Amino acid sequence: MTWTLDSVTDVIGMVLILCGAILCLTAAIGLLRFRDLLTRMHAATKPQVLGVLLVLCGVALSKEGGLHIGTLILVGVFQMLTIPVGAHMVGRAGFRTGQVAPSDIHLGPSKDHADASRGDQAVDGQTPAREDAAPEDGTS
Amino acid sequence: MGFSEIMTWAIGILLVSASLLSVVRIITGPSVLDRVVATDVLVSIVVCSLGAQTALVEGSSTMPLLITLSLVGFMGSVAVARFVARDRDYPVDFDEPDTVEEPGRGEQA
Repeated sequence: MTWTLDSVTDVIGMVLILCGAILCLTAAIGLLRFRDLLTRMHAATKPQVLGVLLVLCGVALSKEGGLHIGTLILVGVFQMLTIPVGAHMVGRAGFRTGQVAPSDIHLGPSKDHADASRGDQAVDGQTPAREDAAPEDGTS
Repeated sequence: MGFSEIMTWAIGILLVSASLLSVVRIITGPSVLDRVVATDVLVSIVVCSLGAQTALVEGSSTMPLLITLSLVGFMGSVAVARFVARDRDYPVDFDEPDTVEEPGRGEQA
């Protein structure tokens, strides 16, 4: 096996794709083993950003020709734009439906946030009243 | 069996087992949001698989599929999370004994 430039970039690209696949498997194991919604989201974020970016770097290194580089950059940019939106919506829905432990989140010293985080008033997707969120009483 | 064949088999086995494990979480997830998170992971595993197939197989043209999946993949989770209500297969109990509770975490305000 002669070490030309093409073979070296092929090997590096394959190693990067393998790292992305390992991250995918890690996230799947984390999805199975963690017990909470937030910890499962924490595990799920790894292949969504870093795994996909590693795989895209591997594809860019192992394919010859420069036409697909722009497409790969577009895929990475779209992935990084859309994944936080979905994660934010899922986390907010979990907070409103009471699937997040109140001790897992720190919202501030107000008592109403502790009530709201229990999700008793938020069954139908309504936002709990939080007009008194603004004033900090200096104890933080 | 050269280096590239071994790497191809390793990548394939890793991706297939990861997708099977996330399908298990989709089946047994106690709430809708767990299933949504597992579905997002499955979408990103599919993106990784298509990228690996583009890199490892000669003459494949899956780049439009990659762009489409990375653009559209979040819409399902957004739609489900927008209209989800409280429904779990069993009621969650945050006071169960295996809950790790750091001392003084609640009153650190």
